[in-house]
Amino acid sequence: MSTTLFLILCLNGLQYGMLLFLIAAGLTLVFGVMGFINLAHGVQYMVGAYLAFAYVQLTGSFMLAVILSLVTALILGLLLEYFIFRHLYNRDHLDQVLATFGIIIFLNELAKVIFGPATLSIAPPEFLSGSIQLTETLRYPIYRFVTIFAGLVVALGLYLTISFTRIGMLIRAGATSAEMVSALGVNIQRLFMIVFGVGAMLAGFAGVIAAPIFAIEPGMGDNILIVAFVVIITGGMGSIGGAFFAALLVGLIDTLGRSLATEILSTVFNPSFANQIGPALASMLIYILMAAILVFRPKGLLPAKGVS
Amino acid sequence: MKKHLKQLTAGVALSAVMGTAAFADDIKIGMVVTLSGPPAALGQQIVDGFQLALEQKDGMLGGQKVELIVEDDELKPDVALVKATSLVERDKVDFVVGTVFSNMLQAIFKPIVQSDTFLISPNAGPSTFAGRNCNPYFFVTSYQNNQNAEVSGMIANEEGFENVFTMVPNYQAGRDNIVGFKQTFKGNVTDEVFTPLGHQDFSAELARISTSGADAIFTFMPGGMGVRLVNQFANAGLSENMKFMSVFTTDETTLPGQKDAAVGFLAAGSWAPDLPNDANAAFVKAFEEKYGYIPGSYAMQAYDTASLLDSAIAKTGGDMSDKDAVRAALKEADFTSLRGDFSFNNNHYPVQDFHMLNVVKRDDGKFHTSFVRTIAKDYADSFSQDCKM
Repeated sequence: MSTTLFLILCLNGLQYGMLLFLIAAGLTLVFGVMGFINLAHGVQYMVGAYLAFAYVQLTGSFMLAVILSLVTALILGLLLEYFIFRHLYNRDHLDQVLATFGIIIFLNELAKVIFGPATLSIAPPEFLSGSIQLTETLRYPIYRFVTIFAGLVVALGLYLTISFTRIGMLIRAGATSAEMVSALGVNIQRLFMIVFGVGAMLAGFAGVIAAPIFAIEPGMGDNILIVAFVVIITGGMGSIGGAFFAALLVGLIDTLGRSLATEILSTVFNPSFANQIGPALASMLIYILMAAILVFRPKGLLPAKGVS
Repeated sequence: MKKHLKQLTAGVALSAVMGTAAFADDIKIGMVVTLSGPPAALGQQIVDGFQLALEQKDGMLGGQKVELIVEDDELKPDVALVKATSLVERDKVDFVVGTVFSNMLQAIFKPIVQSDTFLISPNAGPSTFAGRNCNPYFFVTSYQNNQNAEVSGMIANEEGFENVFTMVPNYQAGRDNIVGFKQTFKGNVTDEVFTPLGHQDFSAELARISTSGADAIFTFMPGGMGVRLVNQFANAGLSENMKFMSVFTTDETTLPGQKDAAVGFLAAGSWAPDLPNDANAAFVKAFEEKYGYIPGSYAMQAYDTASLLDSAIAKTGGDMSDKDAVRAALKEADFTSLRGDFSFNNNHYPVQDFHMLNVVKRDDGKFHTSFVRTIAKDYADSFSQDCKM
């Protein structure tokens, strides 16, 4: 294993982590602040990718498609909140799981009806489509650097908003005690709506920037939702900081594990056995990590203050 | 969905015979394919290909009216089993055409052949039923799963690749493909990488590929995995330094998502839309006119399946009661295959030519695989000698 290859793997891990963070950020706020289990969060990631595809077809410009997709994802999130989720806040978790699971099925099928079952893809914008020569044999796509950067910008923006603005203060307070905030005269309903809309937009944004890297297909959000839940549980529910570090951790461990597990095992066992169990073990790593962290820190890495 | 499809297909078949209701002595054909989830595109090609053939023959095969019942196996073995059992027990079909995936075929195999109903696979061709467990009621019109990978090994030899990096999903078909490739490839396999099924991000694997020093990669990544791999491969700038060789990774179902990224990539197969023969040219033209997309091998195999049934039913004069006569008629394979030469081996798997294909962009901006040259003539699978039939 050369150091350059290791570096590439770390970059990949970071990039995957950033993507996970964009999805987990919205999920952790909705879950942590509102105590609401939103299984449909993954499907909003898929919606973002399909929106990007549709707008690229329509306008021909990737940047324009990004902006239009974000706006549409936000509006869709607000509509979903207004028509469906709002009525579920006070119901128990089983009802929420049922309703949001229904939305997954509905939107997955809708995507299939509108765009067909085949896998779609969009090309990254022209000026980001090249790759950078890192060493003689290694190139790294510019677009992936941009994804890492976009993730960092969003993370910083969220951190500043939540730590230093009035709305951020209300979100933190709402996470601790929603009734109290409401009793103090804050329109908690509107606050929830904003949190929800922004969460949906972030998931949509993740879908948009993932679209040129991964393929667009119905059900693409289902698997990533599970990983996003691992991230927010590892990081501590309702904690943006926790989600950030957990996302990076999960991204790095998953990526490095997949490349290194087989190699490390083959130093101990014979190669064919290592080839058999290496890939299996690699895909379990993040769940093992989650279990281990929960043993030592049952509330996650960086739990939000006051969340019980 | 299922009901809707059933009505739709029955409707097509019925309208083709000008509104007359299906009579009891019509030929009944049950079809079990995957029409849910992302692999639905493959099942849809099979339905489309078969229906095109039916329509061209005015809803008749071998001069008999045909009632086609299409079922979706949802890519779940238990669902496939229930649907297949109801086709043979309730609908009493004469033939079952299915499936797309080998594991679905394994689920439906027993109840169908044990009820003395003919099972014809338009795509799945597992090794399981090619050797010792071959069955008089089972025919395959596609290929034996290992063959494409074996031919890929021959292509690698002919193209002079010395070091090849191999990567497949970690499941049975993936492992079979690596075995098949290594069976014929004479050079050095630098790595064998197994990814999870449905793998999203190939960046870690691509990093390994770029430092492996291989001249080519051999892979089997069907469906969405193939779209992601090919796009990421091209974006990482690897296409300039190494050749990309695959089976079921760059085909007509994935090319709409891969586009320019896949141009020039090599594949092994028994057919391409531009394979030069008259029947094929007419088929591709009619198919594109009707469905608006370029057919893949799945549609071609379904069309050939319909032509095979047409020839067999004509030979028996529509009499399905004498199973031995039906089997003999099927075995003759007396139809014009879109692939050119086609015959059945003793194990009822095809003997046919395999070719090297590459991906090209057509003048109208659509992409398809293109015939380059024939690699293996009249190529039979390597399990047939174990079949006592």
